Amino acid sequence: MSNYAKPRNFHEARWDEPLIFELSSQGQRAMLLPEEPELQEILKEEQLLPKSIRREKLPSLPELGQAQVLRHFLRLSQETLGQEINIDIGLGTCTMKYSPKIHEQFVRSPKLSALHPLQPEHTVQGILEIYYGMQELMKSISGMDAFSFQPGGGAQAVFSNASILKKYFEDRGEGQKRDEIITTILSHPVNAASPHTKGFKVITLMPDPDTGYPPIEALKEVVSERTAGLFITNPEDTGIFNPHIKEMVDIVHGVGGLCVADIADSNGLFGIVRARESGFDLCHFNLHKSFSSPHGSMGPCCGAQGVRDYLAKYLPLPVVVKTDQGYALDYDREDSIGKVRSFYGVAAVVLRAYCWVRTLGAEGLKEVSRVSILNNNYLMHRLLSEVRGISAPWGKEKYRMEQVRYSFETMKKETGVGTDDVSRRVVDYGLQDYFQSHHPWLIDEPFTPEPNETYSKLDIDEYANVFKQISDEAYSTPELVINSPHRAPISKISIAPYEDPKDLIVTWRVYQKRRAGK
Amino acid sequence: MKKIGLLINPIAGMGGTVGLKGTDGIEILEEARRRGAIPRSEEKTRIALESFLGVYPYDDYVFYAYSPSMGGNLCKEKGLPYVLGPGPKENSLRKDTLDACRWMKKEGVTLLLFSGGDGTARDLLISEVDLPVLGIPTGVKIHSSVFALTPRHGGSELSAILLQEDIPVELREVMDIDEDLFRKNSLCARLYGYLPVPKNNKYLQAKKSAGGVDETIALQGIARRVVEAMDPDEYYFIGPGTTTRPILELLGIKGTLLGVDVLKNRKLILSDANEKDLLKILEEGKARIVVSVIGGQGYVFGRGNQQFSPKVLQKIGKQGIQIIATANKLAALGGKPLLMDLGDEALEKQLAGFYPIPVDGMSTYVYRCSNEE
Repeated sequence: MSNYAKPRNFHEARWDEPLIFELSSQGQRAMLLPEEPELQEILKEEQLLPKSIRREKLPSLPELGQAQVLRHFLRLSQETLGQEINIDIGLGTCTMKYSPKIHEQFVRSPKLSALHPLQPEHTVQGILEIYYGMQELMKSISGMDAFSFQPGGGAQAVFSNASILKKYFEDRGEGQKRDEIITTILSHPVNAASPHTKGFKVITLMPDPDTGYPPIEALKEVVSERTAGLFITNPEDTGIFNPHIKEMVDIVHGVGGLCVADIADSNGLFGIVRARESGFDLCHFNLHKSFSSPHGSMGPCCGAQGVRDYLAKYLPLPVVVKTDQGYALDYDREDSIGKVRSFYGVAAVVLRAYCWVRTLGAEGLKEVSRVSILNNNYLMHRLLSEVRGISAPWGKEKYRMEQVRYSFETMKKETGVGTDDVSRRVVDYGLQDYFQSHHPWLIDEPFTPEPNETYSKLDIDEYANVFKQISDEAYSTPELVINSPHRAPISKISIAPYEDPKDLIVTWRVYQKRRAGK
Repeated sequence: MKKIGLLINPIAGMGGTVGLKGTDGIEILEEARRRGAIPRSEEKTRIALESFLGVYPYDDYVFYAYSPSMGGNLCKEKGLPYVLGPGPKENSLRKDTLDACRWMKKEGVTLLLFSGGDGTARDLLISEVDLPVLGIPTGVKIHSSVFALTPRHGGSELSAILLQEDIPVELREVMDIDEDLFRKNSLCARLYGYLPVPKNNKYLQAKKSAGGVDETIALQGIARRVVEAMDPDEYYFIGPGTTTRPILELLGIKGTLLGVDVLKNRKLILSDANEKDLLKILEEGKARIVVSVIGGQGYVFGRGNQQFSPKVLQKIGKQGIQIIATANKLAALGGKPLLMDLGDEALEKQLAGFYPIPVDGMSTYVYRCSNEE
């Protein structure tokens, strides 16, 4: 083992920092506005807002000086394990890859940051050209014929695709009849949730216990004239590519349904598989995942929605088009499903993704997938051959694409140490806790890492060595793992008291009310 | 201080080793002893306690054992803090199990760890002592879903339960087979009732987590869909279990928990019907079966609902069978197919295949039912 790949003797800072509201001291200010007479006059005359919407009391915001604010947030930052400070392989399905820092210079440049979405089109030709150029690139990458970057994330892109299905069948006079969609239990859960929200009934296929992907016979059993579409992720969370995908698509097409590919995580697919050749009618990518853009805390995101030419007229409003006069936002589309969010999507994410694709080129993109697949299979080899108590259910002895869903079931049975315990213990080695599984859990004690192309062999070795170390601990001193973390800002806490939503306190105001009530 | 009842049925499992298929009743016990059976229950419980001690780091508990042979000896041997009850030093009869349960309840025990098999689980049911229970499988017959997978696993589950502040429970099936018939190689399992089992142990909860969907709401959604799809001209045979009960509740019908209820036009025609009743009804008109899945095992027919006999199923056919289950229950099967135990291979093959199963108010899972691995 290289010395540099050894599990670290890590210890995180612990500041015991109160909430910022508790640090508030009346009268303190981080900055004072200049006493310009003109400004004072405007404020005094209260002309800025009509009286009816002015608040009667001042908002109860914390009052602190600049130094105190800065210190507070720096301390909190030391108590986190962000994506750029730890080897963030553990958040599988999220594709936590390095985001080139030069992209931040682009998006923070006033050339983008000072733009307003309501500016006249002729004054924002640059960003519109980038949108248009990115549409063209996405068409090449997927084989689809038209794109929209309106949806603010993967779930909304799937919802937007479900909305297109609804409108498509309404236009054909089949809106009432085609009310079922089919998905698989190991597809990303939004493939069931978003069409459900749109009013579709959801039929879910279960995996074959050996192969990990759904049997063709199960699909044949449920397709009918009521089938509106198939919403499916391939590869699913197992990282196993479904070789029967084209056959499944053909079966659904055979009964008149449409097929929608969830390619949120395309890290193993660039230059290898395209939605078009697999027969899909619609798809979506998450530009904030595989296309490198920082994401976390639920945003900012972009679900790039792609469709074949016969569905292009349904895309959300507006669509960026190229005209003789330049680039424009086209609102004149009577068949469109309408707007799915305000303005035009998250421009910063589109810009970063555009830079990323242009920098890599076609060969570079293919290399991204090749390296991701290689990294993943290297990590799988190390974990399965060296970490006692771990297994990879389904598709035994098969190579995987960009990620694997593992199980600590054996370790749990043999030592009492389960995935929750391991996930807490990794924090003691300077890694953030990991993603276990989407719901519902089909396997016990799951763990889903994704070592994409931006991790070096040394990174992956350190990651694997941490799990080897924890496994050794589980089999020799299980209580060490069960009671972890020991070197993090907070110790192990019991989950039970926080499981009931009625006990949750999510705002300072509610906290104060509860405390007053007691 | 957490008070854990430890109730070992010392004779559990003795029948199995000497070719008897259970140890219910004094005569069988004596036959087992005559054949040279030795008690194994305590030995397996020792494995569970050692596993527990290996992973539970605190000393905030005390065990309650009713008598030396029912847990006291083992507590003493392992150096565990324990309170010994007034039970007899030797022998352990059903009466002792019942007395032990009542004594533990009186002593304020909050979790009952018991070692035995289906017969012991039934005794706990008979005692009517309403305590969360966790079974260590030491008996011959383990058909009930109140047991840990193995004694070792039971130990780590106990640890996981004690690490929680509360012990939320869910009702799980107590099944048993007729030992006389079983000894003649005829399997006939019955659902005897439900015992509260902690649901907050991580092993089970992990499998059962379905993204925060409340189980009660899912069951009501299933019931609504079944009722909405009812054809007023057809009979509906509603199978036993807690999954099918909300259907009757939705219609304001008080049916049986363990039996088959017959409905037509959303009204109760017959409660607790037997095979003969169902065959007679089938002569009068078309009928459908609404049946749930036995938790953890995956049996749809042949366990706990023998009223749905091969003859009845033959007449109803695959198209007339509506299987219902929550997503949690299906996920907990870990990908294993649904099973039938009809004693009629041809019919089992005929009924095998994929079934669309409503799992809540909107969603349907497609699940394989097949006895072939």
